[in-house]
Amino acid sequence: MANRWENARGIDIKRPLRFRFDGKSYPAFQGDTLASALLANGVKLVARSFKYHRPRGVYSDGSDEPNALVTVIREGHPEPNTRATEIEIFDGLEAWPQNAWPSLRFDFLAINNHLSRFLTAGFYYKTFMWPARFWESVYEPLIRRAAGLGRLSTKPDPSVYDKGYLHADFLVVGGGIAGLGSALKLADNGQQVVLMDERPDFGGQLRSEAEPSDFAWLESLIKRVEEHPGIHCMNRTTVFGSYDHGVYAAVSRNTEHVESLPGELPKQTLWTVSVGRTVIATGALTRGIAFPNNDRPGVMTMSALEAYALYFGSLQKQSIALFVTHDDGLRVARRLIAAGHHVTAVVDSRQAVDSVADLPHFVSSVVTNTAGVTGLKRIQIRAQSGSLRWVEADFLGVSGGFNPTVQLTCHQGAKPLWDDDTFGFHASKSLPRDQVVVGAADGHCDTLNCWQSAMSMVFKETGQLVDEIIPGVSRPLNLQPLYQVDAGGPAFVDLQNDVTSKDIVLSHQEGMISVEHLKRYTTLGMATDQGKHSNVLGLSVMAGLTGQTIAETGTTLARPPYTAVSIGALAGRFRGADFKPRRLTPTHHVATRLGARFVEVGNWLRAQWFPRADDMDWQDTVNREVTTVRRAVGICDVTTLGKIDVQGSDAAEFLNFVYANGFLKLSVGKVRYGLMLREDGIAMDDGTAARFSENHFVVTTTTANAVAVYRHMEFVRQCLKPQLDVHLISTTEAWAQFAVAGPLSRDLIARVVDIDVSNQEFPFMACAEIQLKNGLRARLFRISFSGELAYEIAVPTRFGHDFFEYLLKIGEDLGVTPYGTEALGVLRIEKGHAAGAELNGQTSAGNLGLGGMVSQTKDSIGRVLANREHFADDATQLIGLRPVVPEANLVGGAHLVELGKELVAANDIGYVTSVAYSPHIGSMIALAYLQNADDLLGERIRAVSLLDGLDVEVEVVSAHFVDPKGERVRA
Amino acid sequence: MRIPHPTLGLRDQSEFVYLGDASLLHRPDGMTEDALSLLVAYAYERVNPRGVHRELWFHEQGDRSWLVVTRNTLTHEVMAAEFAAKDGDYG
Repeated sequence: MANRWENARGIDIKRPLRFRFDGKSYPAFQGDTLASALLANGVKLVARSFKYHRPRGVYSDGSDEPNALVTVIREGHPEPNTRATEIEIFDGLEAWPQNAWPSLRFDFLAINNHLSRFLTAGFYYKTFMWPARFWESVYEPLIRRAAGLGRLSTKPDPSVYDKGYLHADFLVVGGGIAGLGSALKLADNGQQVVLMDERPDFGGQLRSEAEPSDFAWLESLIKRVEEHPGIHCMNRTTVFGSYDHGVYAAVSRNTEHVESLPGELPKQTLWTVSVGRTVIATGALTRGIAFPNNDRPGVMTMSALEAYALYFGSLQKQSIALFVTHDDGLRVARRLIAAGHHVTAVVDSRQAVDSVADLPHFVSSVVTNTAGVTGLKRIQIRAQSGSLRWVEADFLGVSGGFNPTVQLTCHQGAKPLWDDDTFGFHASKSLPRDQVVVGAADGHCDTLNCWQSAMSMVFKETGQLVDEIIPGVSRPLNLQPLYQVDAGGPAFVDLQNDVTSKDIVLSHQEGMISVEHLKRYTTLGMATDQGKHSNVLGLSVMAGLTGQTIAETGTTLARPPYTAVSIGALAGRFRGADFKPRRLTPTHHVATRLGARFVEVGNWLRAQWFPRADDMDWQDTVNREVTTVRRAVGICDVTTLGKIDVQGSDAAEFLNFVYANGFLKLSVGKVRYGLMLREDGIAMDDGTAARFSENHFVVTTTTANAVAVYRHMEFVRQCLKPQLDVHLISTTEAWAQFAVAGPLSRDLIARVVDIDVSNQEFPFMACAEIQLKNGLRARLFRISFSGELAYEIAVPTRFGHDFFEYLLKIGEDLGVTPYGTEALGVLRIEKGHAAGAELNGQTSAGNLGLGGMVSQTKDSIGRVLANREHFADDATQLIGLRPVVPEANLVGGAHLVELGKELVAANDIGYVTSVAYSPHIGSMIALAYLQNADDLLGERIRAVSLLDGLDVEVEVVSAHFVDPKGERVRA
Repeated sequence: MRIPHPTLGLRDQSEFVYLGDASLLHRPDGMTEDALSLLVAYAYERVNPRGVHRELWFHEQGDRSWLVVTRNTLTHEVMAAEFAAKDGDYG
């Protein structure tokens, strides 16, 4: 192709491709980035700026790009704010400009540019203050529409993302010359190394800087690294965060560069990398200079210009100028000329430097302006004498020096230090313990010194001398710093957030004298590029205003992420139905077949009710299930309740300490209700403890608290009572357990078990390890949550499914029904049993009406603080409520007020915790906490929920709506 | 953050659950005369040091041991991790 340089190593001329940008089709080659291909096609204007909508072009050649943000559309899904400098072209790539309307060339909001004198620092703070109510309705929508970058799709992201974990002796971040040398020599010395680089290939700055005579050497070095068995090489992988103790976060882009998506390969992978040591070989970024109209498309960093001209070969037949503060400009100019470019000026700001004869070298000169409507045409040069001249230039490469890329050294709080020799911020001397910095990131500016810094690091790390000569020479920069040129006109310090040097002056005048204030007032460095280019320039302008040095001015801290990370990568596969793990009960598939509705309880999916064809609605189903349990027999899967096996010669003593009530005297073969308190006296959980033998108990917990109770019991065992002989294990998932409840439950249980279950032989609160008639081992408990004659029977989990089906089948003639959590809830509310809504972290044993259970003759967790006066003062009691008008509704969370009292917080005497429709009572019923419950029993009060618009007169009754004497459970 | 488990080696913090100040190991006897004031202090009063701190972590996604971790709250440096049950017989 005529418009590409034939010696460009970054592209493969034999593999032409096509892509679309802004609706137009263009040619490109394998190896191109969107930026290099657009430049090769003469497209300089690629974006509009954030605030003023000024024309902008490609400014860099990497992840630091502030201007060239585009939206890539793939399989119909738009991904906004991707950097053209990183997008690798594949055949058919489609990208669109953003933040421009109606078009990139004619952008309506470019009028902001003419209003720019009003849109200065703090504009929004000052302007949109009044009236306050306008903020939400008028100002914010207006600003949001005008500002901003690309627009997010409102549809779910169709891509798959994944997470991975890596471990190694060394993580080397950056595959430039220093990173390659570090990885190679560490691995040669037996270290396991992970090498990560954000670009598609290794070589770093040398990719574009290498002379043809060095190509073979560089390629063989990369090959040795890639083929080394001790080095795990990862390209297109950005290390974006550094965390304590050698933990790093990185994201790999797996599929964004290929045309066809291979199978299930995730688009991106989020890596957690745990390592012993970390080599920061992240290089340096070329620093710009803030001069008037330095944002015109065609102005870019000199290193980017070198890459586009000589690596990608994209700038053929273009006139090029450079603006530098050091010797490297001369090297680049000579390379450009050797490659056939027309170099019109090397503007060199340094004083007392001799101009070289072979170049148009303007010493002691600065660029004071640029011209060109939608792309650079000319630059204005001011000589030391003050004389001005315009010089033709389609592109201007700018370099005011180098900013070492030290962000990863800052993430744990170590502030970078200004270095007066290299005029840049270097990593702090108090680095995170695992880190060492080499190469350009440590302030070295040429290949030889970068390599040698890596070699001396390897010697320090391994004690092994490494010597390998590379073809490089020391190339001092002889830099004389220059950060800004003050000559009128907007000189951009932060290209992405449209912050000019004038904004910084204004902010200073308005009293923002600390760096942190400056940053927030002007938004300097707060764009998606995280201030990679703007930070040091902003500080230098500020230093000039205060008369301090940059070192004295200080800097702000970089925080993770180094580059923007998509939310999808952070979420990985944990989205939608897979947001959290889902635990299925042993009877899940039976319940599914029976058409059950399910409900999430923690991670569990439990059957909520089992509708039948002739049920009118869910309420009808639940009423039928409840009534069947009260009149015949029902079966409910209660596997989800926590089960903890407690064994050891001190097991009883241990439980006696954990539970508020006594357990020493519990007989073998008996179950006891247990109330567990927190140390502060608040009820933590309740359940049962069954004693199968002298040294063996099985404890149950509520479903919700199973994990926390086990953790607490291990705390007591290991931390408070390590001298006791007792061991714990969670057996929740080992046993499938079923409540078999109702007056006919004994008939059903008798059909399957191999023991006498008469009331005499197996009374209320009995328990036994038994066999079923078919020989299967099982556990039988005579306990009841429903208030009916009931059993709980447990079999090994793998038999749960079949056993449940079997019980339903052999109980058909008894009228057996499966019942779900909804009926379970109605049954326990009718019986007045507390559950999660009552054990809400605010209630004491006294509130629950269980104060008498707390044994005062032994030490147990929570006993002492449960006796505090505080609980006596606020003595709400668990009571029952029923509406005076049976048809009236009740809701949980309603507050209780005496009749005739005003609805104010001072008159609040309690609140409703649980409600249900009771088929037994024939109306809604509720459990509630109420003050002075004894006095109000039988009285009428109001239940009020302003949220639900509910105000109901209710009668205060016993919480035991069903069988208050407990005769049924003992039948 | 990584915690050096006494027998399992360096483990990621995501395997652990944090409880707090290791003074919780020293629970006063609840049956003495001054138990109320001692247990109020035990339940509610904590030092919140800037620097070295001994704290309790539970290896929930691991061997279910309670550990006493000595950590610098300023630097996150972990100086030691030992079983809360003194003889190491934790499970």
